[in-house]
Amino acid sequence: MHHIKFLRTLLGAAALAFAGSAMAAAPVPTPGGTLTTIIQPEPVILTSALNTAAPTGFFSANVFDGLVEYDNDFKLKPALAERWEFSKDGKTLTFYLRRGVKWHDGKPFTSADVKWTLENVWKKIHPRNQILYGKVTSTDTPDDFTVVIHFSEPSLAVLSSLNSNGAQVLPKHLYEGTDILNNPYNNKPVGTGPFVFKEWSRGNYITLERNPEYWDKGKPYLDKIVFKVVPDAGARAAALEKGEAQYAPFSPVPLKDAERLAKLPSLKLETRGYEWLSPWLFVDINLDRPYFKDVRVRQALAYAIDRNAFNKVVWYGFGKPADSPVVSTLKQFHTSEVPQYEFDLKKAEALLDEAGLKRGADGTRLKINLDYLPYGDDFKRSGEFIRNALKRVGIEVNVRAQDTPTYTKRVYGDRDFDLSVVWFAGFADPLVGVTRAYWSDSVGKNIPWSNGSGYRSAEADKLISQAQGSASQSERIALFKKLQQQVQTDLPSLPLLELHFFTVQSSSLKDAVAGVDQVYGSLKNAWFDSGAKVAANPAPAQR
Amino acid sequence: MSAILQTVTASAPRRARLWQATLRRLLQLLAVVLGVAVINFFLLRLAPGDAAQVLAGEAGAATPEYMAALRAQFGLDQPLLVQFGKYLLHLVQFDLGYSFRHGMPVAQLIAQRVPATLLLMGASILLAAVGGVILGSLAAYRAGKLADLLVSLLALVFFATPLFWIGLMLVVVFSVWLDWLPVGGMITVEAGYTGLAYVLDVARHLVLPALTLGLFYMAVYTRLMRATMIEVRRQDFVRTAVAKGAPAARVLVVHVLRNALLPLVTMLGVQASAIVGGAVLVETVFSWPGLGRLAFEALFQRDFNLLLGILLCSSTVVVVVNWIVDALYVRLDPRIRLQ
Repeated sequence: MHHIKFLRTLLGAAALAFAGSAMAAAPVPTPGGTLTTIIQPEPVILTSALNTAAPTGFFSANVFDGLVEYDNDFKLKPALAERWEFSKDGKTLTFYLRRGVKWHDGKPFTSADVKWTLENVWKKIHPRNQILYGKVTSTDTPDDFTVVIHFSEPSLAVLSSLNSNGAQVLPKHLYEGTDILNNPYNNKPVGTGPFVFKEWSRGNYITLERNPEYWDKGKPYLDKIVFKVVPDAGARAAALEKGEAQYAPFSPVPLKDAERLAKLPSLKLETRGYEWLSPWLFVDINLDRPYFKDVRVRQALAYAIDRNAFNKVVWYGFGKPADSPVVSTLKQFHTSEVPQYEFDLKKAEALLDEAGLKRGADGTRLKINLDYLPYGDDFKRSGEFIRNALKRVGIEVNVRAQDTPTYTKRVYGDRDFDLSVVWFAGFADPLVGVTRAYWSDSVGKNIPWSNGSGYRSAEADKLISQAQGSASQSERIALFKKLQQQVQTDLPSLPLLELHFFTVQSSSLKDAVAGVDQVYGSLKNAWFDSGAKVAANPAPAQR
Repeated sequence: MSAILQTVTASAPRRARLWQATLRRLLQLLAVVLGVAVINFFLLRLAPGDAAQVLAGEAGAATPEYMAALRAQFGLDQPLLVQFGKYLLHLVQFDLGYSFRHGMPVAQLIAQRVPATLLLMGASILLAAVGGVILGSLAAYRAGKLADLLVSLLALVFFATPLFWIGLMLVVVFSVWLDWLPVGGMITVEAGYTGLAYVLDVARHLVLPALTLGLFYMAVYTRLMRATMIEVRRQDFVRTAVAKGAPAARVLVVHVLRNALLPLVTMLGVQASAIVGGAVLVETVFSWPGLGRLAFEALFQRDFNLLLGILLCSSTVVVVVNWIVDALYVRLDPRIRLQ
């Protein structure tokens, strides 16, 4: 008996030792190497504090740090701010900044930089931040490393957007007193981040080099990052396949090519790192149209579209059928306790009949137009799928194509559309990205990505402003859940899919995803597994 | 002494004629540039949406304040005629204006892209002209034989295949399968080459796009050369040259080729003018940082200052190329005079 016990202990110890050695064998990052990434389309400007476009965000976080970083669970990690605290009433937010951080030009980073950027950029220019910082009454800097922000109303949502994309700090000494939008440093950025800007050859490439004085000791591992501009999707696929580029975010190749590339041993498909964006695809219904004023017609549209088939056929499974505008990966805010519209053609037909839209002699109830966001083939095929789906319930849809400025003017300015297919980023707090689709104040003001349906609901507006000004996170969560129920009852728009973007990357590139916001975060954790590095980076002589 | 005097007095009216011609041509150029500026300035504004909307669209979020700031930055908040007046005022000072989208003067943006464009244009025209002349001559001299058949077939294939498809196939075969040439771009940035290695690197990147852009015109020239050479070879003066015992090579180069080149030169002028349009596709497929792509993107981004600048530059190029073609006519055929 004792022997057995002893044996068991021994075995257990051996197993532990084995596990220990396996853990010790976990790869240690090897420094060095050049990472070639594909950036598409070419950024307009290299500072995401001034323009939140996706390519700018992908580039910019490598040069600029945010106040915090996010981990894989939406939790905050220190970056330029080491600590932060909200006062109990939610009206005062204090940041304790990291000491000894230097701008790339050698000047020290201080609280004055944060104060200046907040007052002049986040509050006035940053296209998303006005809802977060609009209620700031004053900013104090008691010393060089403390920033105290006073709000007139509680603003808890601020914490959801403090990374390099949401709270990018610009160097005051280079920007103060200049025309900010035309400042030359917008295109030769000076930040505090892991990589230093080197060169931008327009239409060609941007290069970054390792910042040897980076505050996060030992990082970054890569010596150099090259961002190549490759406008053609076929050429992007070829460059990745050949290893001329080893990292390409934002679904860089057509979905049907993605499957093929994923099978190559040298490449892998990564769908993590986009959760912070909380993207959802939906159909805006123009509520100004008399035939869409009846909620039964809108419900019929919802019942007529098979979201499962839509996900498989059009999006090759790179999505998840959505039942709310707040995606399910935002666990604390999302709720499925909303009216459900399971695919049911009979119900759709019955609702249309009830609403007085009877089939005519040719079987048609209604003829409408559909405009889709011209962001590529997937959106076009989304429009075509909806056309076919609605045809089955007697609605004739004409799918219209146009370029992006024509599209945004048509939907958000002229409101000359019936249905529009679009995606929004909801971001980590619904206040930042979701409520803009329902807030009545922005209807018809020609502001892209606002309330396209023309939804005007006193109830929804009230819920939104309460959630904005509440000092209790649990209360805010309850309010957002109510809002989801409200808008899914009223159905000004039909959420179709939670989108899953993907990155195509070399399988020898390790630790390229460090958090839910990786696509807008820096590549300071990424490193090449030395065994495979040669294959990914063929020496020019071999080619 | 008297002989020299005689030539001087004889050339005086000729020189005056030349001056007149030059002046007329400069006026022509001015009219073209002004026409392009006026028509395009107003035409482009018919496109829905403006640059501020594009930027806000790309930003993925916007507020009225942000839009207003952008419009003020771009000068879009001013009346159209004021904008046009300002544009013209800048233009007469040889200032193409400022691209707010890129945060850079238009002239500087264009200057950055011109070398890449000229390189690609030059390489593809050279390829098309040299290849076309050689293949066309070969086909003409072997008319009806196997060589002619092969050349004609090849020319037909390249003539009929869409440009982008040729480009993609070249990439698949020579870059992905055989791994001989890079997929795209203009240089291997990662390698940081200098000197001769840099030149060779650019040359390797140039092969596929120049081939793609040149093949169609090579096919055109081959067919053109073949037809004209067959025609010219039947002329009396060729028969005379052969009869008097001139060597075959001399007959080919001096008598036949020179006379067959005129239509080719005309087509060359057309190619040089059309290449900015054709280059958009090739520059996109091969990630070549040239002017065509810049123009194409400027249109979608409603960056009208930039687009107008490119249009003005390319129309100037077209006019100048036509001058060169005219001059070449005179050189090739002494019977033609400049007016």
